[in-house]
Amino acid sequence: MSEAPVSSPVAPIPVTVLTGYLGAGKTTLLNRILSEPHGKRYAVIVNEFGEIGIDNDLIVESDEEIYEMNNGCVCCTVRGDLIRVVEGLMRRPGRFDAIIVETTGLADPVPVAQTFFMDDDVRAKTRLDAVVALVDARHLPARLKDSREAEDQIAFADVVILNKTDLVSPEELEAVERTVRAINPSARIHRTERAAVALDAVLDRGAFDLSRALENDPHFLDHDHPDHACGPDCDHDHHHHDHAHDHHGHGHDHHDHAAPSDIHDLTIQSVSLRAGPVNPQRFFPWIEKITQLEGPNILRLKGIIAFEGDDDRYVIQGVHMIVEGDHQRPWKEGEKRESRIVFIGRDLDREKLERTFLACQA
Amino acid sequence: MPTVAPIDLDDHCLAAAFLDDVPVFALASGQVVRLDHGTQHHDLHDGLLATAVSWDGKSLVTGGEDGKVMRLDADGTETTLRAPARKWVSAVAAGPQGAVAFADGRTATVLLSDGTERSFEEARTIEGLAFAPKGLRLAMARYNGVSLVFVQGSAPALDFEWKGAHNQVTFSPDGRFLVTAMQENALHGWKLDGKPGGEQRHMRMTGYPAKIKSLSWSNKGKWLASSGASSAIVWPFSGKDGPMGKAPLELGQRADTMVTCVACHPAEDLVAIGFGDGMVLAVRIADSKEALLRRPGKGPVTAMAWNRPGRLLAFGSQAGDCGVVDIAG
Repeated sequence: MSEAPVSSPVAPIPVTVLTGYLGAGKTTLLNRILSEPHGKRYAVIVNEFGEIGIDNDLIVESDEEIYEMNNGCVCCTVRGDLIRVVEGLMRRPGRFDAIIVETTGLADPVPVAQTFFMDDDVRAKTRLDAVVALVDARHLPARLKDSREAEDQIAFADVVILNKTDLVSPEELEAVERTVRAINPSARIHRTERAAVALDAVLDRGAFDLSRALENDPHFLDHDHPDHACGPDCDHDHHHHDHAHDHHGHGHDHHDHAAPSDIHDLTIQSVSLRAGPVNPQRFFPWIEKITQLEGPNILRLKGIIAFEGDDDRYVIQGVHMIVEGDHQRPWKEGEKRESRIVFIGRDLDREKLERTFLACQA
Repeated sequence: MPTVAPIDLDDHCLAAAFLDDVPVFALASGQVVRLDHGTQHHDLHDGLLATAVSWDGKSLVTGGEDGKVMRLDADGTETTLRAPARKWVSAVAAGPQGAVAFADGRTATVLLSDGTERSFEEARTIEGLAFAPKGLRLAMARYNGVSLVFVQGSAPALDFEWKGAHNQVTFSPDGRFLVTAMQENALHGWKLDGKPGGEQRHMRMTGYPAKIKSLSWSNKGKWLASSGASSAIVWPFSGKDGPMGKAPLELGQRADTMVTCVACHPAEDLVAIGFGDGMVLAVRIADSKEALLRRPGKGPVTAMAWNRPGRLLAFGSQAGDCGVVDIAG
């Protein structure tokens, strides 16, 4: 007879956040996740029961409650309702394998994500897996003109489902994808009709897991490499991506875009930087200072850092002022030891970020 | 020597209580176990979220994921106070003359024993409920403060504002103070006996390393004990201004675990302190003298309650290893 361990470590439950405007296909995707025979059980947190046609007794309705933390930081917001619901769900583990949070069309994804980093109880029992944004290919240009949320949702996403592709022409689709890419150069983009995406492209992505985060995307920030060879599932438009992105920050348009990309409606920009190996004594104070000063403007940051004299890759990721980093794995033979980092946000000072990042080089 | 009668319930214990002298354990599954001539099981909910003991000490009021509100009496009688509904009932409170309050989302509903029902809407989700010790008044903890309403009549609600999310609310037994536990690791208090219309007097109780899940007033409200640190943090409330300008006592300090639950003795100035490893200590407030009531168990202590005479202590844990301690052995 042996006694059960005093506190057996329970694997944290993965949480997937589904964002997207009303009509973008969130409910369609959710219904597929709940009905396909994958053998997994999901608890779903929704703001309204709406049209989820699946009989699932683990659908929880909650009123979106954004709580500002009393720490003097305006961007430190959490979703109070998620804290309560997740705490309740986790008191009865074993009923489900994962949690899906469906947000309202206008929801800000940042407090949702920050809940999983800032609340100790939630953090102890769950892990944020990925933020998935559904985008209506036909209506995105209009959405971007009239709302900031649509842009935020794309900027914040790890995976973008470009849905309803059957309702637009190939040229329009190209333009929409360029726009998405301009807002968020590091997200995985999948083109779908009726949200028919392989579920493993959406679930269990480990996008916030430092040991997996950038491993999912072996070509992280490589899309502007001329010699970058894409896998079969990579449908990025390299050429357009690169220049659309570059020109956003400057507000010029000297190039011939195939279609009006509406890129000048964007308020989000991204800054992708590269450097050689950096000195950790310079890099850590730098990233700390940048996120302290610019945190409110930074929606996401991700990076793979090569430290001088260190045989392991160091990966970092952040949301506003929250930054996490860890050693990930040894650099592979033949792998170029360089440091790459991308900031996605508003009012970012590209010149200053680049200059100060390059100054961290060993 | 204290003796422990263990009972293993294999489920997260949300609350322990004595109804008359019958120990009950309320479990997260929605089952409530009553130790009355054997083990009696009551399946009250599909998922239990909140509990409160009635003021006469004879029944337990519960709210659940199924939207139901139930009452379980000492003799095992089950009464449905509110039928199943879509939203979770995440807070309940018991009040004078058998009054019951429950909250689901942004609405709080008060049920009086004569069958009267009254609802109060808030702009934000109601996270905690408490009835005032005198008069039929209900405090509702919410984002940025507490709303205090008169259940009968049409007097306007009093708002006690303090920036941040308030998760729990409690009145001191003498009704002089209102205290909330916050999303930040802090308590906040308001003095209620100031001049009407005068400026609100605040009390900030901070310095906790973790969120405060458990609060307990000592007999007559001289002290307020709290979890959320490596010792029980016990604030003095006997002075005119409560704990303002005073340091709290730190009782039962442990090096390697946190206090997860506190329960003040009903007669003596003595606190039962439950820890993250399942240990339970009794500590006298006057001289900090400690007595071991229960050795570490399988999980953090999540619930404790004394019987009225203060000889028996029922406890429950996150892992379901529960029991009753007889402090006289």
